[in-house]
Parts: sequence; structure tokens; C-alpha cells
Amino acid sequence: MSAAPHAKMMAALRSSARLLLPVLLALAVGGLVLLALGKNPIAYYGDVLAHGLFNWGGLQATITRMAPLLLIAAGLVVSFQAGIWNLGTDGQFVLAAVATAALTPVLIGIVPWSIAIMLSLVVAFAVGAAWSLIPAFLKASYGINEIVTSLMMSFLGTSLASVLVKIPFRDPTTDVPQTRVLPVADRLPRLFGTTIHAGIVIAVAAVVLVHLLMTRTAFGLKLRIVGANPRAAAHAGLNVARLTFATFALSAGLAGLAGAVEILGVQGTMRADWNPAYGLLVVPLVFLARFEAVGVIGFTLFFAVLMIGGESASRRVGVPQHFVPLLVGMLLLFLALVEFLEQRRRRLTKA
Amino acid sequence: MSVQASAALRGAAAATTADGRPAIELRGITKRFPGVVANDDITLDVFAGEIHVLLGENGAGKSTLIGILAGLQQPDAGTIAVHGRPVTIGSPRESLDLGIGTVFQQVQLVPSLTVLENLMLGGSSWRPLRRRPALTRFLELSDLLGVAIDADVPVGRLALGEQQQVEIMHALWRGERVLILDEPTSMLTPQGVHYLGEVMKRLRDKGVAIIFVTHKLREAHALGDRISVLRLGRVVGSIAQVELATMTEQQVTDKVVGLMFGNDGPSGRVGRLALEDRTARPDPNRIDRSAAPLLRLWGVATAAQPGECAVRDISFDLWPGEILGIAGVDGNGQKHLAEVLAGQRPAIAGSIVLRGVDIARGGVAERRRRGIAYVTDERHGEGTIATFSVATNLVAKEIGTPPLWRHGVSRWDRIHRHAREQIERHDIRTPSEHTAIGKLSGGNIQKVLLARELTGQAALVVFNKPTYGLDLQNTQLTRERIVEGAVRGVAMIVISNELDELAAVSDRIGVMFQGRLNGIVANEENVDRRIGLLMTGAAA
Repeated sequence: MSAAPHAKMMAALRSSARLLLPVLLALAVGGLVLLALGKNPIAYYGDVLAHGLFNWGGLQATITRMAPLLLIAAGLVVSFQAGIWNLGTDGQFVLAAVATAALTPVLIGIVPWSIAIMLSLVVAFAVGAAWSLIPAFLKASYGINEIVTSLMMSFLGTSLASVLVKIPFRDPTTDVPQTRVLPVADRLPRLFGTTIHAGIVIAVAAVVLVHLLMTRTAFGLKLRIVGANPRAAAHAGLNVARLTFATFALSAGLAGLAGAVEILGVQGTMRADWNPAYGLLVVPLVFLARFEAVGVIGFTLFFAVLMIGGESASRRVGVPQHFVPLLVGMLLLFLALVEFLEQRRRRLTKA
Repeated sequence: MSVQASAALRGAAAATTADGRPAIELRGITKRFPGVVANDDITLDVFAGEIHVLLGENGAGKSTLIGILAGLQQPDAGTIAVHGRPVTIGSPRESLDLGIGTVFQQVQLVPSLTVLENLMLGGSSWRPLRRRPALTRFLELSDLLGVAIDADVPVGRLALGEQQQVEIMHALWRGERVLILDEPTSMLTPQGVHYLGEVMKRLRDKGVAIIFVTHKLREAHALGDRISVLRLGRVVGSIAQVELATMTEQQVTDKVVGLMFGNDGPSGRVGRLALEDRTARPDPNRIDRSAAPLLRLWGVATAAQPGECAVRDISFDLWPGEILGIAGVDGNGQKHLAEVLAGQRPAIAGSIVLRGVDIARGGVAERRRRGIAYVTDERHGEGTIATFSVATNLVAKEIGTPPLWRHGVSRWDRIHRHAREQIERHDIRTPSEHTAIGKLSGGNIQKVLLARELTGQAALVVFNKPTYGLDLQNTQLTRERIVEGAVRGVAMIVISNELDELAAVSDRIGVMFQGRLNGIVANEENVDRRIGLLMTGAAA
């Protein structure tokens, strides 16, 4: 047997091990935690899979849940590759959601449905992008760390969203503080008789477009250069300030789109204090996918299964809902650990 | 008595009781990296009271050997003995404890701490810092080196030469047995080099064993008691003390160049160029100074951040095809001058006129369109994106422009074809155009930068320290590129702190001192001395 195919196989094995090992370790340690709580891990994981993936209703819920997650992830891929840590997606998400929930019912009375939906999506994108202007300006002009500013703006954004729902956009006909409910018939259409709405199509398209943007265009290459070495970007004559604004706008705009899709496809109305906080949950997934747009799809599916399946499994097995983020946290930890060991192994074989 | 002071005494005792055995005996040192044997069976003796020069091209194995002695790397095979006692040097601390001090190329001091504080760093972290024994040791070493530095001045305020003296003290802090100097002269003025030489001789006469790594044959001859030449990881030859004393500089140079380049020896191309420094210089009469200048600077000034040196009132004319050398000690405004020309830094006053158009307000992209290219001295910091491919780095300054992009869409097949052509034409040694540029050697990275800046329609190329850190072959190659470009009619501004280099290629030489450009002189006989005086701020 020749050595070359063998070596190639070993390399393939090693790279898949690098991906699967952290997942298996996280599930194993998660199982130990469940055992320590006196629960049956096999029952829990089995239930997660049964209700998140291998059950038709669950699978539809999982795919529906993927839509906003993918849109946020697509935006984060752009910003993380450009070296900008936009952690304000939650604020951008809920503000765009409020704008959509308030605007769409009004628009539908004025213009045809398709135009109303298009306009709403554009406005949602713009609202999300607008909420990133201040962090973008502070970063571009004064070099102020965007992690802090975008996170702060996110807190302000979620509070402002509640105020908007409670005062100007409140539906006076109900007792609960929420916006006017969009009739089911006016929401995003369902796909092929399933409960999955068209938002997933928008989301997958966004991921593919982001992938093409980052790998095939001058603009994407410029963003990646700013991300990899901002000094080299300035040296090469790139307008780093303008690119910073563009990055923030794209990333926050896609988060805004996620909010619109969730309102138009699932909720139909915006309740006060509604904040699913998908943004910060998606951050680790984007890291797991190493900022690669296409890789994000797989991890988002994995996470959506955990979320949907975890909801029912938690109820049945009696485990707190917070067990899902715990698993994701451990996943990240083990990913970092495996990566560290792999690099050390490489260094040692070199030395 | 503190540990430091007692260690110092032990070190001093060892140096004075040297019994004729070598201070360091290396036997069969071998170090392999994947695909390359960095050190191949190296056997070398370093004696107390001798300056042992290590010469060799980049990649000859000097850095690895120093790394092994400094405790940064472990040899795969071979033994080390210090004063006859076999040792293993497992860490930098063990190296220092053995009395082996290393001064690396880049200054490794903390600028905001005082001289004494810097020297006290590296002790046990739980032991209180005690000033008095440290001061005693400092005065002892000041006396040994014959220098007078204020112990309580922040290191950042010292001149580079003085910082280097502090580095030497740091290296000798725990005992003055062996001192390793890795290319210590690369950032000093001619006067500074002379002074360092005096310090080295003084230490040698006190019984310190000195390993002196350099590229420069002249320094090797002037300071060395013994010369060893490394090539491709092996010791290919040595010139012993007795032999060296009887040879002229020319004889030493001939022999060393022969050893360094093997077959491509003194008769070969590189060897010949290394010997005949000035042959590269183009005919100074080719420039037509009656024509309009290509570039005219008038009263240009920049604003400085803390720790930088801005330029003030820079005025000069430059004609097509002319090579203007800018000399000066690092940190006298050269970087700002280069950046203000490249458009990377705004001018706060003055005008920059290229072909009759004032371009002082334009940025990098506009300057490039108008024909100004810039080869930065920070190859890693800003010149390249380490994790990106050679192909991408080759086009990093023209992203989005046709024909490699169409309507903003990357045409990767063309970009890669372009890269393969450049790799071929400029002899860039890389596994492929897809290789991350950070994996290439400094010389090859410089070839990528030269390819990027010299191709196309450049009318003026600004070079900042173009041969810094390059070996002789790549140094020669870079200088040839500069001269070729000038002969084609491209104006060149070459900023360098190597006077030999400026004398080798320039038509005129100006000197930067404290942000001003002091008198531009024609490159004639005795230019070294005149420039050397200007570099220290003395009148022209």
C-alpha cells in the first residue's frame, strides 16, 4: 500500500475528529451532569433527537427556528471576518422587530401585500443598521472598542423597543402591551404545506450571498484584510473607516432582517419585553464554524435541534431549560481545548 | 548578601580563573526541523578573552545555534560544556544562571521602566526588589563596560546605543562569563558602532568570552579574534587567532566570502558583488537636472503621537531616475517622511508636488494612482497579511481594479496566474502561490514586496530600510532592483541607517536629524565622514 492515500486518510480523519471530538466530549460531560442531577442522560438526549429532528413536527419547528439564527449568523460572519465584534445584535434584532410589527399592518392596508412585505424587510434592515451607527462611528473615528459600545447599545435598544411597544405602537384593543397582530393570512407564506415559513429561504440565501461576498468579491477581500491586519489595510490604501461603517451596517442590517422574519413568519406581533436573545447565542456557533458562512448552517441546525428538542426533553425528563446553553458552553470549551492540544501536538512534532 | 550579587561574584571568579579550557565547548550539536537540518554536527570552541565572530547567510543556522545557547531551543544531538562542565540548557533562565547572556537584535527592554528596574527584572517573582545590591552590581558593570548611564532614567529616554549598553549589562547581570551579541550593530550610527567595538574589546580584555554574530565582513575583521563561518547548518571553516593577525582585510574578506557562498564564491556573482560594494552605483551624470524635477517638497511637516518623531520643514527636489539616500539614526523622523510621501500620513503643512500637481491632500490610493509606491520597513507589521496567500499579498494594493477584478468580482484564476508570473520573474521561493506569506523567509517576503511595488507604472518608489534583516544575497538583489529601476527612469528615495548601502547606490544623500533634513550632499569621496557628523546633529 502506498503512503500517500494513507496520509490523506489520516488527515481527513484528524480534521473530522477535530470537529466531532468536542461535540462528543460536550455531550459526554453533559451526560455526567445529568447523572449527577439524578436524571437519565440517554432518555434526555434521545428525547432531544426524537423531538428536535426525528419527528416531523419537531423538524419543522427546528427549521423554522433556524431562520433568524442563520440571518444573525450571516451578519456575524461578515463582521467577525472583518475583525469587528458586533455584539449588539440583540438590540438591532428587537428594534427591527418593533419597526416591522408596527409598520407591516399599516402598510398592508395601503400597498399590495408583496410590496408591503418587501418594504418592511428593507425598513427592518435599515433600522438594524441605524442602531449600529454609533458604535461604528466611535470605532472608525476614535478607535473605541466596539465590543463595549455595541453591547451597551444593545441594552439601550432592548429597553427602547419595550418603550416603543408600550407607548406609541401599542394596540389599544388588547389588555397586554403588544403591537397590532398581523393576520395569519398576511404573514410570510408557508412552504409546501408545512409549518415552515419562507424566512428560511431568505436566511439560506443570505448565508450563500455572504459566502460569495466574502470569498469572491473585492469588497469581501477588503473586509477580510481589515480583519486580518488593519495596519496592512491602511498601508494598502483601503479606507478603513468606510469599511468599518459598511461592516457594521451589513452585520446589524442582517440582524434586523432576522427580527423582521421572526415577526412576519412566527410571532405576528411584538409583545413588550420580548427578547429571545438569539444574538449572543449565535456568537459561539459562528466561532465553532471558524467564521465560515457555509459551516454556520450545520452548527445552526445542531443548535436549533438542541433548542427545540431541549424544550420538550426538559419538560419530560425534568431538566432546567438552561441545560442547552450549558451544553453549548461546554462545546466551546472543548473546541478550544482540542484546538490547543492539536496545535501543541503540531509544535512538538515540529521541534 | 543577595542572590544576584553572589551570582555576580561567582561569575567574576569564573572569568578570572579561566584555565585555558574553552568557556563553551559545543560538540556535534545537531538540530533538525521538518525538511531542514538547521544545525548539522556543529563543533565549536569559544574561549574566554576572545571575540568569536559567527558569520553566515540567513538560514545558515546562526539563529538556531544562538537559540540553543540561550536556552530557547534544545539540540537533538550533541553536548555542551561550559568551563569544562557538561550542561543542558533547558530554559533562558538556566542559560543566564550559567553566565551566558544574550543580546538579541531587537531591544527587549521595557521603555517606561528605569534602567535599574529593567535590570532587576527577571529575578524571582516573590522576592522583594532590593535597590542597594542592584545598584552595586550596576556600578560594577558600568565600570566594566566603561560607560556612564544614569540608573534612574526611563530606558525609553535613552539613545539606542545606550539602550544596547543596558541590554549588555542585563546579559552580564548574573555573571560575566559569556556574552552573545546577535547583529548588534544594525541600528547604530558609525560612531555608535565604534563605541560598541570599544566596549567589546574592554570586556574581552577582562576575560569575557564574546560570540559576535554579524553579516558585515568589515566588522568581523575589525573586531574578531577568531572567525567561524556557518553555511547550511555546518561550520564550513574557521580562521584562528594567530592566522587572523597576519591577514589583511582583503585576504580575510576573500576567504570568508569563499566559505560563505561555497561554489558561488569570490568569482561568482554574489561573492563579487559582496566584495565590490560600489560597483552597483549607476552613472551619476545620467540625471538631467536642467529638466523639471519629478517631485518637489516644500516645508512639509507632520504631527507626532507621543513616542514618534514628526518631520518639520522638509524641502527637496527629486529628478526622474535619481536615487536620493536618506541617512540617519532610527527615530529621527524617517518613518514619518516615508509615510507622508506614501500618503499614509497627512501633512499638516507644506506642499508635495508631483509632476506639477500638488498631491499633499491625497491618500494612499490616490498617490498610488499617480505613481508613488512605498516599500515599507515593517514587512510583517503592515507590509503583508501573514495568514493570506502570496497571491493575495501580491495584489493587496490593487484590490478591485481591472483586469484582476471585474465589477468588483474577484477573478481568482487571473490573480493566481499573475502570482505565478511574479513568483517566476522575481525568483520568490515559495511552495506555491497559495502558501501563506507568513511562512516565507524575510528575504522572500521582501521579494514579494518589491514585485508588488516595482511592477506597474511607478514613477517614484520610497524604500524604508530596504535591506533590513536580509542576508547578503537578498541585500544585493534588493539594491540591484533599486538601481535597475533608477536606470529605467524611476525616481528612488532610499531611507536607510546603513551608510555603506547609501554610499553604494545613491546619487545624493541627505540626513534626517530630529525631524529635519540636514543638507543634501552629493555622494562623493569622504561622504561617510560628512554624513556621520550630520547624523549626530553636527553642522554640515
